[in-house]
Amino acid sequence: MVTLAEKNTLHQYGNGFNRQLEREKQLNFKYINMTYDERLQNVSVLGAAGKMGSGILLLTAIEMADRSLQPENKDKTFILNAIDVSPQGLSGLNKYLRAQVRKIAEKKTVWLRKMYAERDDLIENYDIIDEYIFTVLNIVRPATVLEAAYQSNLVFEAVIENKDLKVKLLSQINQNGSGDTWFFTNTSSVPINEIETDAGLEGRILGFHFYNPPAIQKLVEMITTGNTKQEVKEFALAYAKNLRKVVVSSNDHAGFIGNGHFMRDALHGLKEAETLAAEKNIPLYQAIYMINKVSQDYLIRPMGIFQLIDYVGIDVVSFILSVMNPYHEDEELQHNLLDKMLEQGVKGGQFSSGAQKDGFLKYKGGRIVAVWDIHKQEYVDLEKFYEDCDSMLGDLPDSHVPWKATLRMKNKDEVFKTFFNDLKALDTLGAKLAVKYGRRSKEIGEQLVNLKVAQNIDDVNTVMLTGFYHAYGPVNNFFD
Amino acid sequence: MTAGYNTISLGTGRKEFNPKKPRPGIEHYINEAGKGVLEKIGGADNVDESVIGNFMAARFNKQGHIDGFFPMIDKKLSMKPAVRVEGACASGGLSLVTGIRHVLAETADVVLSLGVEVQNTVKAIYGADILALAGWFQKRKQGHAYFFPGQFSDRAGAYYEKYGYDRSRKGMARWYANAIENARLDPTAQEYQNTNPDPYGTALKMKPNGRAFVDNLTVLDCSKVSDGASGIAICSEEGLKRIGVDKKDAVEVIGFGHAVRDISSDPTDLTELETIKFAAHQAMENAGVTIDQIGTIETHDCFSIAGILAVEALGLAPKGEGADYVAEGKTSRHGEMPMNTTGGLIGWGHPTGGTGVHQAVTIWQQLTGKANDAQIEIQGNRPYGLTINMGGDDVTVVSIVFKRG
Repeated sequence: MVTLAEKNTLHQYGNGFNRQLEREKQLNFKYINMTYDERLQNVSVLGAAGKMGSGILLLTAIEMADRSLQPENKDKTFILNAIDVSPQGLSGLNKYLRAQVRKIAEKKTVWLRKMYAERDDLIENYDIIDEYIFTVLNIVRPATVLEAAYQSNLVFEAVIENKDLKVKLLSQINQNGSGDTWFFTNTSSVPINEIETDAGLEGRILGFHFYNPPAIQKLVEMITTGNTKQEVKEFALAYAKNLRKVVVSSNDHAGFIGNGHFMRDALHGLKEAETLAAEKNIPLYQAIYMINKVSQDYLIRPMGIFQLIDYVGIDVVSFILSVMNPYHEDEELQHNLLDKMLEQGVKGGQFSSGAQKDGFLKYKGGRIVAVWDIHKQEYVDLEKFYEDCDSMLGDLPDSHVPWKATLRMKNKDEVFKTFFNDLKALDTLGAKLAVKYGRRSKEIGEQLVNLKVAQNIDDVNTVMLTGFYHAYGPVNNFFD
Repeated sequence: MTAGYNTISLGTGRKEFNPKKPRPGIEHYINEAGKGVLEKIGGADNVDESVIGNFMAARFNKQGHIDGFFPMIDKKLSMKPAVRVEGACASGGLSLVTGIRHVLAETADVVLSLGVEVQNTVKAIYGADILALAGWFQKRKQGHAYFFPGQFSDRAGAYYEKYGYDRSRKGMARWYANAIENARLDPTAQEYQNTNPDPYGTALKMKPNGRAFVDNLTVLDCSKVSDGASGIAICSEEGLKRIGVDKKDAVEVIGFGHAVRDISSDPTDLTELETIKFAAHQAMENAGVTIDQIGTIETHDCFSIAGILAVEALGLAPKGEGADYVAEGKTSRHGEMPMNTTGGLIGWGHPTGGTGVHQAVTIWQQLTGKANDAQIEIQGNRPYGLTINMGGDDVTVVSIVFKRG
């Protein structure tokens, strides 16, 4: 296919030039195609004011600013369009950017002094940090209209998880663009090949799934289709490297690796809570408390499964499941408990400050203080029942360690082996639930490889370790 | 001099320090140190004039005109003369020599001498800009983001190259360990609550990281960022009688040195502190004593390398052997030349304008037996104490020789 650049050149110089062009094309791959920096000169983020979009915008703005400071880019303009439907959101975005960029600049002042060495007017750290903040913000152009993206070489898509909306937006940009626009979608559930086909993007789209919050989370899942152009892949890897992210490739199946595991793990938790309530004849809210505790303390995770569902948002979890479900005929990827919570208006999620909203659990000062009673439609204080539930679960073995303590441990594997062996030998309710949970978690991990979502179990484990802060990968021998 | 007083040196290291919560401002520290001294000298009525050393309240605290705070301390200081002096980190020392000169000139019998700095008002990366004012501004642009650590990192680098990296790092680790050991004995010290069972090991293991900080020093090689103030009364013999303090409870200023190097020129030899060498020898000559009569020294360890170079400047060790001298434990509180017995700048803290006065307070405490848990033994044949207060990169130095009264 002849590119626009080639078309113009041919038109200008005629056929004699065509032969030279071909030779140069072979000699220098980048002559026709854009270099990394050139590609980054015009970028757009769709959904820029959202939770994920703002983080992606921040990271991209920083990367573009840092590239713009390289001496060879001195006279080049870099433009990052922050596109969102909400004007208030875009105002908030600017405040967020300024504060975050200052923090980032304060940490890399040594490097910034080198980059601004030629600027005689910038002498103190304060001057340099201040100038960098301006450099970054000056790259960002807020817009509420899609047209702003038409000139972009690269578009990050971070709008809501709605396939039709994504297809509509991307195809409109594609049709009005240069013909060489690349698209990175942050979707966590919609198969990329479907967006590619429906929007007519012919190899110029890949999934680039950040974790929440993008500025801090190291993991990115990259999803290519059978068509994805090599240069798009290479650019994505180079970009991720500059952002210091850990990239795990996932195959193009709804949910990918992270949500592929998390959704099924969450469903296990939900089912176990229902079963536990029925078997022990206790209120559901107590069973929820118990399963949450088992999944946190007994499995040594940073959060229990219900707290994690609250963190991501009950509505988001429900939505992701609904997107994944049609692609998995032999699985039931939904749960009525989630639907009920949403009907009752209990959603979880986060405030814009990052603080946790109440969901299955009620939070005060970062701690769990109550559990939602689905029948009475009110929260029940932990104090009223936690002791009974804890004694039903039974004591943890002495070899237990809290998740936080494992972060700096050097002999983690030994510690886990000992603890989980003790757990397997223990006859308490809590231990039994935990072992069952750990086995199911492993099963899910192996299923992801069998379904060819993940290429191997290392990738599954990397995703859970890096993206979900698990202390150990779900596919292990601890529960065998 | 007598009636010394130190506030706590507040900053990272102290449990009370919370960067996110509001903290006392410069007035609080001036007030506390001032009142602390006045209490012990029979009140402000006895004071003829005052002097305060402060480096850069103008930028740290957006406050100039510091001499104006004396009447705030006590109404009876109202309408009495007061002056603020500045010589970067030697501002405290300048406060002392200014008081000494006024007494020698017989224009005052009792001078209230304070030193203060409140530096935690800004993040370290911006604090670095403010501290850089102790150097020549024309050099700031090429300087490191952390300008002064950068200057002394260069000195350390030159020392490593000439005399060996490992032996130098051992000396510097020992210097740090001594600072912590001594700080743990003084409740006002910034590192008083340090519970690390092996400060020497920690310091030795830590490697300089040029990407995040400077090339040749770690954060443990650097003095603290501190909020604090110290005060002392400087008196003539009559003044001492007036305030009713016995000579035994005072230290006599036997001699002093005061030297200034050209700020706009680089040191001739990065491995030598020539101004400290000059001023300390001037002080000892002025006092008619030699180094072997000195029982304890308070020296300006803004960086561990400065401590080591001071050892060489004083002639305690030949050039290039200062690190060994320290590594062998000779400057520890149990060693042959106890230095910085309440922690120095690295262990006690370095409220820039206050340090010079704090050094005098420590010597006064040691020589008059008022150092409590930090007390060392002062022997009869080595009854003198020596202070060395340095401003900037060996630019302004004040050195004083004391003896018990």
